[in-house]
Amino acid sequence: MATEIELDINGKRRAIHTEPDTTLLSALRDQLDLTGTKYGCGEGQCAACTVLMDGSPRRSCLTRATTAAGKKIVTIEGVAQNGRLHPVQQAFLEEQAFQCGYCTPGMILTALALLKSNPDPSDDEIAQFMEGNICRCGTYPRIVAAIHRAARMMRSSAHES
Amino acid sequence: MSHKTENGLTIEPERYELTSLPLSHPIPLRRLGINRRQFFKRLGGGVAVFLVLRSGEAFSQQQPAQRRGAWREPLPQNLGAWLHIAESGAVTVYTGKAEMGQNIRTSLSQAVAEELHAALDSIRLVMADTELTPFDLGTFGSRTTPTMGLQLRRVASVARDMLIALAGKQWGVNPKALEAVNGEVRDPATGRIVKYGDLARGQELAKAIVEADPLTPPSQWTVAGKSVLKINGVEFVTGAHRFSPDIKRPGMLYAKLLRPPSFGAEFSFVDVRDAQAEPGVTVIAGNDFVSVAAPTEQAAMRALQKVRAQWKTTPQISSRDLFRYLKENAATESGHDASFARTLQSIQSSLDAADHRLDQTYTVAYIAHAPLETRAAVAEWENGKITVWTGTQRPFAVRDEVAQALDLPKESVRVIVPDTGGAFGGKHTGEAAVEAARLARAAGRPVKLVWTREEEFTWAYFRPAGVIEIRSGARKDGKLTAWEFHNYNSGAAGIRTPYEVSTERIEFHPCQAPLRQGSYRCLAATANHFARESNMDDLARLVGLDPLEFRRRNLENQRLLAVLEASARSFGWSDRKRSPGRGFGLACGTEKGGYVATCAEVQADRSSGAVKVVRVVTAFDCGAIVNPEGLKNQIQGATMMGLGGALFEAIEFENGRILNNRFSRYRLPRFSDMPRIEVALVDRKDQPSAGAGEAPIMCVAPAIRNAILDATGIRLFSLPMVPHGLKA
Repeated sequence: MATEIELDINGKRRAIHTEPDTTLLSALRDQLDLTGTKYGCGEGQCAACTVLMDGSPRRSCLTRATTAAGKKIVTIEGVAQNGRLHPVQQAFLEEQAFQCGYCTPGMILTALALLKSNPDPSDDEIAQFMEGNICRCGTYPRIVAAIHRAARMMRSSAHES
Repeated sequence: MSHKTENGLTIEPERYELTSLPLSHPIPLRRLGINRRQFFKRLGGGVAVFLVLRSGEAFSQQQPAQRRGAWREPLPQNLGAWLHIAESGAVTVYTGKAEMGQNIRTSLSQAVAEELHAALDSIRLVMADTELTPFDLGTFGSRTTPTMGLQLRRVASVARDMLIALAGKQWGVNPKALEAVNGEVRDPATGRIVKYGDLARGQELAKAIVEADPLTPPSQWTVAGKSVLKINGVEFVTGAHRFSPDIKRPGMLYAKLLRPPSFGAEFSFVDVRDAQAEPGVTVIAGNDFVSVAAPTEQAAMRALQKVRAQWKTTPQISSRDLFRYLKENAATESGHDASFARTLQSIQSSLDAADHRLDQTYTVAYIAHAPLETRAAVAEWENGKITVWTGTQRPFAVRDEVAQALDLPKESVRVIVPDTGGAFGGKHTGEAAVEAARLARAAGRPVKLVWTREEEFTWAYFRPAGVIEIRSGARKDGKLTAWEFHNYNSGAAGIRTPYEVSTERIEFHPCQAPLRQGSYRCLAATANHFARESNMDDLARLVGLDPLEFRRRNLENQRLLAVLEASARSFGWSDRKRSPGRGFGLACGTEKGGYVATCAEVQADRSSGAVKVVRVVTAFDCGAIVNPEGLKNQIQGATMMGLGGALFEAIEFENGRILNNRFSRYRLPRFSDMPRIEVALVDRKDQPSAGAGEAPIMCVAPAIRNAILDATGIRLFSLPMVPHGLKA
């Protein structure tokens, strides 16, 4: 019943065992020990389990591991490059856009997808795009500020290069 | 120089005497059950300071020294915290407090850095580990900053003086002539400098101190009092931090539980043989649960599906009967906690004499903490001992729970709390720890259990529901003259009125509760402030006074008045402009050493029923501020959380089942609910620092309620206020 498949996770080929009911979330966490992707609700309502699949935010708790085959998956562990934080991570730190930090990976990945499609979002656009992500600590205003800050950082670095 | 206590124990001198003392002064560490040699063997040489709590009882109950191990056995309960400076200069601080998003790992590090005169990044906190850290009752009640913050400042300041004394001895100069700056001791006369680590090298110097008077006055703080970034923040933005559910141990199994279909149900029949026959599966069955551990989560679920069970259920109360049930099941007069009954005189005559009277009833629903990290535990059984990683506010109580459940001595249980994904008062207990520990012992392998969201919503505990009745009276001139307040079930926190009133009767009535209930951020202060501050606004209207002016006339508490004025000023209360559907409200109160006032602006549409909170301004005084940005973060978060309970959060239950036990059915505040949130900090450097994670939540609901009243003329009496929109 179990089959072995390969996934492209953070630019690396990783082999996993899947059964028909294996979720991407469980494959990432239990088999690959990529525990930055969190369980929050198991029904796609909180987005703590968000990963990027071919650049789009995806609820890994509702995604079968097999459907991730052939796609490029990015988890929070793959966001910083060569030990350098991504501007979105840096902005979350500087704006102190978290308290307990449990929702943070999902927030950062969703924000990455937002900024890719909209490099200069308004407050309303941010709220709309991020509506599916829950922060029970209630740091929403800081997350909005962090996304604005990240957008500025990314625009200015794009301008320089 | 040393003092004898009543128990005949030698107590170390106060810190201001230390620099004049020879360092060979006797240290009664043995009396604390600490074996100094083994302590330093374990930690390496250096300088250590232990803080002894000022509790004579704890002192006298200490066991003889030889029964205490250096490290592997429980530590004495009268230690508050300790600090160790290693030969490398690394500073390690041990505290039983737990981090779950309040940001105390950072603010406590600031407190240590401040007194030690060392860089913030040289300090590491070991927190909430029952084997490594001193006993602690738990992380709740906003006590970390006022108690642990102070204790850590004390040990740090004594350690600093010890280092200065060591330098003085080394250089043969009076320590009083030396200064400690940024991890070094300097001699201004000669320019000589020596690093803390170099002073600690080769030392095995330990000192125990008792709690005593405060230290560097906040007005002279250089590290504390300033905003610093979360000390281990990088671990959170990179996903590197391991919360309890992220812990992985070699050979670890995954657990799942079969739980009752409704509260109070028990098996009438259960057969686990087929589940047990699955390869690699361990099964435990109780009266009302079956737990299994298997090599994968999927295998555990498949094994559970092979359990054959029949249940016998008993009828349970449903939410539609809740408030009637509470009133009917209130404790009798003799069962009241007398400490909450103040001025037990009849207030009927005062009410009769009042120009304006109100007689109102308020209700408060059960709500869920819903921390994003559900209850989770990883348990490992090894050589007759069990180690459990779990997110809890009370690691030592959970240690005791596990010891009792497994019939082990406390010494055989170690509870470690990784920085936790939210708690909000909801993680005082160790259910998952016990469940994982049982399986780990039975399987002989590590076991991980992560509660599902449905389990968290059902089998954790709730903020208590309640009924509050108020009879109040005021004179024509706005003076409050009579106040009778009864809280049924929701709790006594924040029950006393801060307003001056000649006749009052305030009582809390415990009730038999239909659901499991417990602590929640700021406890019942939210419910009690909702009722009281709603009533005050309605009285103000009867009297014909502005709500702010009405409160002014009845308040003498200067700190409370100051935050009330600060929030009104910040908000622009006197310049507010009503327009159709737009209203403004305020509320204030004091709790847990903090003084809070909140102003709210809402847009309410009577025809559609939509209510949008547009703007919230909270002024807060929690004494001397340790980390301003961290504090603002807490106030903003409390505002968002308070908004959920104010507007729409409510647990619905029917005959022993939670009907909305998932996020798709239980609405939590989201981005679109976010008002403009502004914070006015009142920094009182002349006052001791109070905790700040809780009190800023309690005026959110009444301020919104009063704003809805201002906007629409509709008086609301129930929390949540508009779960299905505003009904005219």
